[in-house]
Amino acid sequence: MATVHVDNQRYEMDDKQNLLQACLQLKMDLPYFCWHPAMGSVGACRQCAVKQFKDESDQHGKIVMACMTPVTEGARISIQDAEAVEFRAAVIEGLMINHPHDCPVCDEGGECHLQDMTVMTGHNYRRYAFEKRTFRNQNLGPFLNHEMNRCIQCYRCVRFYREYAGGNDLNAFALRNIVFFGRDKDGVLENEFAGNLVEVCPTGVFTDKTLKQHYTRKWDLQMAPSVCVHCAVGCNITAAERYGMLRRLVNRYNGEVNGYFLCDRGRFGYEFVNSQRRIRKPLRHGQPVGLEDARAGLRKLAAGGAIGIGSPRASLESNFALRSLVGADYFFAGIPGREAALLKLMLEILGNGPAPAASLREIEHSDAVLVLGEDVTNVAPRMALSLRQAVRQQPMEIAERLRIPLWMDHAVREAVQDEKGPLFIAAASATRLDDVAAATFRGAPDDIARLGFAVAQALDPAAPGPEDLPGQTRELAARIAAALKGAKRPLIVSGPSLGSAAIIQAAANVAWALAGAHLAFTAAEANSMGLAMMEAPALDAAQAATAETAIIVENDLYRRLPAAEVDQLLARFGHVVVLDHLENATTAKAELLIPAATFAEGEGTLMSSEGRLQRFFAALSPTEPVEPSWRLLGGWNTLDEIIRALAEAMPQLAAVREAAPAASFRMEAAKIPRQPHRYSGRTSMLANISVHEPKPPQDADSPLSFSMEGNPKQPPGALQPFFWTPGWNSYQAVNKFQEEIAGRLEAGDPGVPMFASGGGGHAFFNAIPAAFEARAGEWLLAPLFHIYGSEELSREAPAVAELGPQPYVALNPEDAAQFGDEVELMGQRFRVSRIAELPRGVAGIPAGVPPFAGLELPAWSKIQPIQ
Amino acid sequence: MLSTIRTLWYVFLHMFHKRVTIQYPDEKAYLAPRYRGRIILSRDPDGGERCVACHLCAEACPVDCIALQATEDENGRRYPEFFRINFSRCIFCGFCEEACPTYAIQLTPDTEMGEYKRPNLVYEKDDLLINGEGKYPGYNFWRVSGVKIGGKDKGEAENEGPPVDVHRLLP
Repeated sequence: MATVHVDNQRYEMDDKQNLLQACLQLKMDLPYFCWHPAMGSVGACRQCAVKQFKDESDQHGKIVMACMTPVTEGARISIQDAEAVEFRAAVIEGLMINHPHDCPVCDEGGECHLQDMTVMTGHNYRRYAFEKRTFRNQNLGPFLNHEMNRCIQCYRCVRFYREYAGGNDLNAFALRNIVFFGRDKDGVLENEFAGNLVEVCPTGVFTDKTLKQHYTRKWDLQMAPSVCVHCAVGCNITAAERYGMLRRLVNRYNGEVNGYFLCDRGRFGYEFVNSQRRIRKPLRHGQPVGLEDARAGLRKLAAGGAIGIGSPRASLESNFALRSLVGADYFFAGIPGREAALLKLMLEILGNGPAPAASLREIEHSDAVLVLGEDVTNVAPRMALSLRQAVRQQPMEIAERLRIPLWMDHAVREAVQDEKGPLFIAAASATRLDDVAAATFRGAPDDIARLGFAVAQALDPAAPGPEDLPGQTRELAARIAAALKGAKRPLIVSGPSLGSAAIIQAAANVAWALAGAHLAFTAAEANSMGLAMMEAPALDAAQAATAETAIIVENDLYRRLPAAEVDQLLARFGHVVVLDHLENATTAKAELLIPAATFAEGEGTLMSSEGRLQRFFAALSPTEPVEPSWRLLGGWNTLDEIIRALAEAMPQLAAVREAAPAASFRMEAAKIPRQPHRYSGRTSMLANISVHEPKPPQDADSPLSFSMEGNPKQPPGALQPFFWTPGWNSYQAVNKFQEEIAGRLEAGDPGVPMFASGGGGHAFFNAIPAAFEARAGEWLLAPLFHIYGSEELSREAPAVAELGPQPYVALNPEDAAQFGDEVELMGQRFRVSRIAELPRGVAGIPAGVPPFAGLELPAWSKIQPIQ
Repeated sequence: MLSTIRTLWYVFLHMFHKRVTIQYPDEKAYLAPRYRGRIILSRDPDGGERCVACHLCAEACPVDCIALQATEDENGRRYPEFFRINFSRCIFCGFCEEACPTYAIQLTPDTEMGEYKRPNLVYEKDDLLINGEGKYPGYNFWRVSGVKIGGKDKGEAENEGPPVDVHRLLP
């Protein structure tokens, strides 16, 4: 810590920081553009100028850039100094010379960092009367809108896109006052994190194209804290509603999980909530019925003996309500046996093994990583962005040796050059992280597991290892082991994507053979881990159950098992009741179909793959007859009641109570408003229906209110509906809510991590599979995941669907040589995709893409040439 | 006594003064153009809707009686999909007019809005939009803004240079 005088006031500042960050941390207002808390300083925009004085007697001082000046003991600076104020106003005036007169029609208006900073510096009148420079925009795909005239050349976009997210198709073109940020030519931005440019760009150059189709200003949105449902990472999001429609998602800062960034599937997948295929009315035999009628029907059928099939995409509460309705013996997990076994294995490893589960922050700070059997970018995208930062950890030591402060981003990058920390990826095919990997290994699932076991043995001779490993693989294993051993914070990433228990066991062995290693598992869906914690038998067991009725909650069984098996299963029951959001093959079989609320319409708790319990809250006011499944299934009126019952019935999930404060929580006797205090249109938005304004909907399930009334102070992290402070209307307001810039939220990071500390000892796993051998005429079908397309709900969002793949069969070019452009698999024709990275004897098929959605993979299958 | 007579005399003299009271509604009072009465939405000199659906009027409204939804035509010109003012709530403060960056929303000197039923005081865009520029002739926001719309390409707005060729190599 250092003592610094700011405008003659004494402050304690962290001497590892720069002055800008330290001032912002002390909640001072100092304008900036190019600095970003996650990306450090480059000193490009000259906006954060302050005056620095030599000592107490120095009256003149000199202007310095706060973001490029380290905090030093005894420093004296002034933000209010007249010359510094004038300098900052002049800089803004310069930046505004070419800025178009667009605010009224700009999507950033009202949450624009440039607007905020212009107001903060006091520049309010344009003196420059000459021509403005203009650009042509590019079509950057379905996610982002491009309006280059508005650019102020802060370089944040290319710094994020190229340096932080590893993309290479966005760049700066031309020079001097005509610098252009875009692609070489029009086209979809390739990087999976391009959507973050919406928040990274301080003005309206990159804006959300999906929001544009139903545009609403930030101040008019009713917002609620929520959790992304499109993968198991559990990124925190803010869901926003207007006129009864979900309008957009933005990032919600959680220091332990997603920090400042989301992936594009999470950010743009929300549109499934507004889909034409939403189920809006209860149907019996296809005919609309009233909700009470439908609920009575459900109760009657349940009383007559029913089994319940839960879901990994339904909340813990909904699964528990179903379990309570049908009885624990008749409740099935709704996932195939193999996946259930893998999840159970992962829970066993995290719960009882010595290695703790890594949060995304810990992943970001790991200095050696081994990825076993996962294509992280396509399965748990946000985790891949953290892994990309992890490879920078070890080379940062170069900068530290040169005494370069770590926040001085470009100096650090100059010092580090192309040096990368050890990241080893063993996967079935190429992955999007290969460009930063120290070495990659491609093999069939069993071979990947064998590599893992070999690494574990190299680390600890007590661990079992494979006997007959090829020399090259053995060398690689030794190299990986040496890198992991030399690291301070090693990390092993694995998961169930390849359907192999051996891979997960090998990952656990590696983590356990190392002292201080963290484990990060992926999982298929938002609540896969939570469902596994409920310890229900898998779907296969339901095939033997006898009951009159089957109640299926938020689960399309045709994505779990082959169609013939599901048909057979459903035919066993006299009545099939389905609760779901969207029409699908399972809802088509329902005798009684009841609409269930999505994450945007109801509350619930999800357990992320890290084992973090997080609650999401409704952003949309309750609309009959769409109710959360747990309420439809009966027995409980409020969320707190069911959570209490859940915690009592399942001690292993007792922590669910702490995921967020109960509905009775009040801040100074007031609820927390979902609407900003500037929310408009209250007396007019429904006036076309009735001029008598209705009472705002009451929310008995949460401490949040569906109005702008309430306590505007900072609520606990799990209840933070949006970030706003006076003068900071953009997302950058989050600085004012953090204990430390880019650190914890002052009111606590949301979520309860269940496996943050490792358990006791655990014996090494020793079931080492035999080496993979290709078969003649038969291929091992392995799933290849796609960020856009493999996940069930985001597939229904038009923007995401546009980028999804068509079904294909991928083969190694040598294997594919015997076929033409098309092959026959399972009696259907598919396009052949030649992927050189695929091992021979393995065929890749797109996971979750019909008609492959219900297949249990990996599986052997014949592939034939077209007759 | 004297004062009473004097008072009566003055009252008598008033009979010959010019009358202030007018016979409304047969006769109408003069209301200045700046008078804050019924709100209208105007059109720009080209005849297009001036409102660009920026939501600033709704934001400024102290009684929250303006609701709208933005949309865009196929050429990128933004306009309100619906625009509703609930005049049964409006207090005619004129903040919306002050907030409007395009001179679209204007208050007029028309105050005759009496209705028997409150729902009749809910005006939709059709009821608000007039065929003229209102009090502020000549201004066209789209001529000033840098956004491309139908009939106005990049670089064609006032004070704009032609679009930069970013692949040009000259300094």
